[in-house]
Amino acid sequence: MAKVRKIVKSITIDADKCNGCKACEVICSSWHATPRYSSNNPARSRIRIVRSPLRDIYLPVYAGEYTVAECTGRDKYIIDGKEYNECDFCRASCPSRDLFKEPDSGLPLKCDMCEETPALDKPKCVEWCLAEALSYVEREEEVEEDQPQLGDVEIGLGSLIDRHGLQQVLDTVARMAKP
Amino acid sequence: MRYGEIGFDLEIDLTRGSIDRVDTDPEDTRLYLGGLGTTAKIMWDRVPPETEAFSADNLLIFSTGLLCGTAAPGCNRTIVSTVSPQTKLVAYSMMGGFWAPELKYAGYDKVVIRGKSEELVYLWINNDKVEIRDAAHLKGLGATETSEAIRRELKDPDIQVAAIGLAGENRVFYASVEQGRSSASRGGIGAVMGDKGLKAIAVRGTKDINVADPGKYMELCDDVLKYIKHREDHPIEGVPPILAGLGSPQEMRIVDEEWHTTSFMWGNSRTRRKDFWTHEIEEKWRETQENVRTRLISCHNCPMKCGATISVPGLPTYMMKCYSKLTYTMAAFSDLDFGFRIAQKATEYGLDGFSAPQAMAFGLELLEAGILTEADFPGMPADNEGRFFYLLEKIVRREGIGDYLADGVYWAARRIGKGAEKFDHNTIKKHEQLPLKLGMLNPVYYLMYSTGEKINITQIEGQFPQEPFATREAREEFVKDWIQVPDEKFKKYYVDWEPRGEMSNPYYPTVEASCDIVDWMEKMHYIDDSLGMCAGLSSFPLKPPYHIHNYPEFITAATGLKMDKDQLWQTATRNRTLMRALNVRRGMRRSDDKPPEDHWKKRFPDLEKQLLDQYYKLKGFNDQGIPTRESLQALELDYVAEEFEQKGIYNHG
Repeated sequence: MAKVRKIVKSITIDADKCNGCKACEVICSSWHATPRYSSNNPARSRIRIVRSPLRDIYLPVYAGEYTVAECTGRDKYIIDGKEYNECDFCRASCPSRDLFKEPDSGLPLKCDMCEETPALDKPKCVEWCLAEALSYVEREEEVEEDQPQLGDVEIGLGSLIDRHGLQQVLDTVARMAKP
Repeated sequence: MRYGEIGFDLEIDLTRGSIDRVDTDPEDTRLYLGGLGTTAKIMWDRVPPETEAFSADNLLIFSTGLLCGTAAPGCNRTIVSTVSPQTKLVAYSMMGGFWAPELKYAGYDKVVIRGKSEELVYLWINNDKVEIRDAAHLKGLGATETSEAIRRELKDPDIQVAAIGLAGENRVFYASVEQGRSSASRGGIGAVMGDKGLKAIAVRGTKDINVADPGKYMELCDDVLKYIKHREDHPIEGVPPILAGLGSPQEMRIVDEEWHTTSFMWGNSRTRRKDFWTHEIEEKWRETQENVRTRLISCHNCPMKCGATISVPGLPTYMMKCYSKLTYTMAAFSDLDFGFRIAQKATEYGLDGFSAPQAMAFGLELLEAGILTEADFPGMPADNEGRFFYLLEKIVRREGIGDYLADGVYWAARRIGKGAEKFDHNTIKKHEQLPLKLGMLNPVYYLMYSTGEKINITQIEGQFPQEPFATREAREEFVKDWIQVPDEKFKKYYVDWEPRGEMSNPYYPTVEASCDIVDWMEKMHYIDDSLGMCAGLSSFPLKPPYHIHNYPEFITAATGLKMDKDQLWQTATRNRTLMRALNVRRGMRRSDDKPPEDHWKKRFPDLEKQLLDQYYKLKGFNDQGIPTRESLQALELDYVAEEFEQKGIYNHG
């Protein structure tokens, strides 16, 4: 596949500045509510703080790709005397933990950088983080062409297919589509 | 569907072991909003005045506020209410942190606890699944230790836990409920929790909190965040650094403690050390504070960093906020290092940082005065710090003299006798106050100290500056962007107020102006306490982001309730009056409405009488401080008037 130059959006996390307030979780879940801002629920947030105040661990992590299988990562990292699990840094919505899944359906959640037309200056979590632990970064990178961004419905359907098989999902959708 | 609030309370009977989820009446929301307001209504309906603190019939209510857990920045307070063992009045104490939002995410506005468990238990609220669980293995554990143990046991680091320590288990009259970086400390609420055999309430919730008008609500929230940023960039000039910004006084961030250490009293609120603060002290304290402070931390959805994680070498880590770093330090005539060390233990034991050090200093004064003897303190070390650590252990275990001091200064003095009563000089309504003794009577503070229903000055003061700036120009400058005033007259009150001369304390602000000022500050606290908003972003600091002009819009956008400034003012009046009525029904009268006798050196009995008369008049109370029938009816509190009449409260005064 051909390489093209493209703007890649990311969030730089300065964990030392996080004050653990969860404003990022509140505003993320609120922005993504339907209708917009109609509810909030950190359990639905696409950014979560791995928090352990007595161990001084405050690590905001935003949701990445959905993955069907558990990985084998069980390593520990010790940084500045604080022990982290490999999982703490992982952005995947995966079967081994509840993180980045809709609490009611279990469907995966993924950060979409608050994609919107017209575009926002920065994702809402970054805007609401007055502690400046989160900063929005755009950089140009060479990436492979033709990597369509999956929407929420596609990600959700993908995980249902993984769980129940394509045929069953097709049959169900067909049955539900009948008047 | 209900908006803003959930519409369900949890009713727990610890005697029977029953758990019920009950729906609440939207009419109560209209009348009392939520938080302290709806709690006061429950206390009125269900806790008769003869109920003692340690009776199975006493209720212990953990309440969220109406807007808790919504996107409104800083709206995270838990309001805990019960009959206080110390004051015997209805107490309410509040804590920030993460507990209240978590309870709403779990699907409840309140947890109402009655009865007593014979065995120590804890409550586990996990969305729709609620259990009363055995807590035998948690007995004697510290409050922080308990929280950690429960998180491990239930295998979820995101569980929020409110717990008591040994002080609560042993019913110390000033035991707190601790919750990580926050605590509900005043009024002995932890003692009631201990009496009920309830070690902790653990909560985890993953449900939605809905608002009625999402677009408008978010616009209001965004405006608040913008204003917070604006205030961060524009601290108020001319006031002590801890009061220049928003939030609780920034005790964890700021080292400059000249104001507290030289204006507040040391020991048992006795000694002022005007020359205490020196460059050497500042350097030493800076080193102490910066060495132990790991990180500045926040409560749920709040950008302020009023708390800190404290790791004193050799001691377990704990969290602290606000003024408790100084209360033990100053009571013991010691230094900040001692303050951080003893606060670690006191936090685990779950003690109020105002009352505990004063009770200890009081005990040592009695020893010095010969009212108590060495025999009352067997094995006590000779050094000041050692003595405080010794007394801490005695108090939380109620051993020997500790059993006396555990009831607080007022009750200990009466039980000890032999003239000990004279040493009880800093309580109001049997409750220890800030260690502060001043010269000239301040009419505004006179009223706030005398009449505040929480019996705690920080829960009624705020908004209006504590002192006038030196020059009229500076005062005029201050009022220019003072958008928070409910009425332009407050600007005039402030501009005309002089540090000295005719237009100064005690005769200015005038009686009428003083009552207006107190009324405004009090109203804002009552609104905060019903919404669950932190006073640090609203009623307490100068020029806060939440005020009487944007609150009605917040309430309407969140809940759909129609609300304007006048209606909200009226609602706050209703809640304030209902709190007063609860305590009037329990026997509180005018003679209880007074500051500590030596709070000011210069007192003015005639003026003070006028102040109280006018305050009562403005509030719709009679000359005994009892809400009148007419004012109760105007507030839709007819049921209160009826009961007052039935009980003959109006006749006997």
